[in-house]
Amino acid sequence: MTNSIHDIPQADVLLVTGSNTTEAHPVLALQMKKAVRQHGAKLLLIDPRRIELADFAYLHLRHKPGTDVALFNAMAHAIIAHGWANERFIAERTEGFAALKEALADWPPERAAVITGVRARDIVAAAQLYAQASNGAIFWAMGITQHTSGTDNVKALSNLALLTGHIGRPGTGLNPLRGQNNVQGACDMGGLVNVYPGYQPVTSEEVRRKFAAGWDVPFESLSPTVGLTVTEIMQGVLDGRIHAIYIMGENPMLSDPNLNHVEEALRAVDFLVVQDIFLNETAELADVILPAASFAEKGGTFTSTERRVQMVRPAFDPPGVARQDWQIITELANRLGHNWHYDSPAEIFAEMAGLTPQYAGMNHARLEQDGLQWPCPTPEHPGTPVLHTSQFSRGLGLFCPVAYRPPAEETDEEYPFILSTGRILFHWHGGTMSRRSPGLEAMAPEAEVEINPADAACLGVTTGDWVSVASRRGEVLAAAKVTRRSPKGTVFMTFHYAEAAVNLLTIDAVDPTAKIPEYKVCAVKVNKATFVAAASAASNDDKSPTTNN
Amino acid sequence: MITPDRTVHTTCPYCGVGCQIDLHIKNEMVYRVDGRFDNDVNNGKLCVKGRFGYDYIHAPDRLTQPLIRNDKVSGFTPASWENVLDTVATRLWETRDKYGPDSIAILTSAKCTNEENYLLQKFARAVIGTNNVDHCARL
Ligand code: SF4
Repeated sequence: MTNSIHDIPQADVLLVTGSNTTEAHPVLALQMKKAVRQHGAKLLLIDPRRIELADFAYLHLRHKPGTDVALFNAMAHAIIAHGWANERFIAERTEGFAALKEALADWPPERAAVITGVRARDIVAAAQLYAQASNGAIFWAMGITQHTSGTDNVKALSNLALLTGHIGRPGTGLNPLRGQNNVQGACDMGGLVNVYPGYQPVTSEEVRRKFAAGWDVPFESLSPTVGLTVTEIMQGVLDGRIHAIYIMGENPMLSDPNLNHVEEALRAVDFLVVQDIFLNETAELADVILPAASFAEKGGTFTSTERRVQMVRPAFDPPGVARQDWQIITELANRLGHNWHYDSPAEIFAEMAGLTPQYAGMNHARLEQDGLQWPCPTPEHPGTPVLHTSQFSRGLGLFCPVAYRPPAEETDEEYPFILSTGRILFHWHGGTMSRRSPGLEAMAPEAEVEINPADAACLGVTTGDWVSVASRRGEVLAAAKVTRRSPKGTVFMTFHYAEAAVNLLTIDAVDPTAKIPEYKVCAVKVNKATFVAAASAASNDDKSPTTNN
Repeated sequence: MITPDRTVHTTCPYCGVGCQIDLHIKNEMVYRVDGRFDNDVNNGKLCVKGRFGYDYIHAPDRLTQPLIRNDKVSGFTPASWENVLDTVATRLWETRDKYGPDSIAILTSAKCTNEENYLLQKFARAVIGTNNVDHCARL
């Protein structure tokens, strides 16, 4: 997020798109509701699904999934055409406006209306609402990024903020909401194929020299080549390029797209090490399993979606002989001829801060109080609640014209429905943690597929019926939930349930830049499933569903 | 009213909002979790996951010791840390020798701490010598 959670109520227009905030980021959504209810802010919701936030929306645009770029381009077109752009901001703080304006000439709202299914006048109304706000803030989550056009979607949103100057003040900004608790930190720490901690490129010789010195290793030992992403790693196993995988605290067997492909890779790899707290689906395929500590058994820091670095404190010892992850990694490094000495996470943090400009002024002692928002370059620096107040990281903000590309897989006669995937309130990610809570499990015990009433009527399905959802890659069974939340032609499932692993269906087509898979759009067919009644009086558990085509 | 043996101030492990919580502990179990008021992030509030989703810490099926197997068909056998760490080190080194550093891939975690993520990418880059280090947060 360029901004902070607590400044949300200062916005008078909130543009929320591709984020089911009340379920995925509930406490942050409370600030959005507060802005609307107590401060009279207007919520502009851009989402195909009728999610709970729709109850708070001043205007809700329900576009066809995967057509975001067309919609945002048309909004930008309208902002320029109607003279709602912030000309002073454009002149002083941006560059590339002429090129953007030229590219947008092709995007009258009438054209976008055909692609997105949203009326042209609603697109113009949305553009006016956002542009004429005193403070307009944009929020998005994986509904924007989990597309083959994910990077373009974000660029198109950035263009809107730059055109209107809604950035660099409280209550404005471009605010991606991070899914897992420490996504921000994992990225900041260089858990990425192309950058060291602090987004310093591996391809830069200067950067590699700095890290070679900081880590006391020969410069030549650091690779200048950008590595392989998760999706490429799985393909790499099958191509014979990857022979060993070491996985810490992740379950790609549930969270990755096109699961059959992932399983094939993880079974095929010569050596698989999994370090985790449960024997999850990925660990079951491992050669060695290293038992690790849960968040309640470790010290260290997480970095939240508002760039706030906060302390994690141990409450227990790890169970049995399980160890903290940093201790395991250190032991391994030392067995491989290195000489690492860390007595505590605080020491590791200090080393990291010395090499990471955004964290340079932080240490565990300072974080004990409240946490600090990066960048925090010096020990006296108070942290940064709002980014880009007087300039952007690169100086001037750059407009990036973006072309619309349809999703990788479009519906056809055989696979007539769009499948979108996401989260629900009661569970989290692969469910390894939340589904062990009897309370949470009772609220949402089984996988459901949300389906529009009109579609349900055509299929002869009512709520609670078992349906088969099949794509070109696999098939799963789930209970139907007939609801207007899903637009006609689109069904929705979560990825929390191993027994109905939705990622058997999803496509592993990725965004060319961010390499994020297109979880929000793939083509499926949906059919009512019937149960073959067992001859004996079988219990519920023995029911074996089959598909009725 | 139960009096806790101790309370521990920490950060919610679920989503990226980063709510500040107090774990209330009695007899080595978390029996209650409260949102803390002394911050700008959640100001006392929590969602259902952040308030109730902690049974997993004490789950009976937590991994408590290293496990190893020699082929992909048989099950796991418990092993000592010495044994498994030696095995992992040897196998990684053999792989690196035979196929080069870029034949090894490492996945860090959006659920682990900054310190752990920092250390694991350092392991990939400085010890193994590869930039094949990614996490599942794109997902
Ligand atoms: S309490 Fe809920 S909103 Fe807060 S960090 Fe935890 S999961 Fe997120």
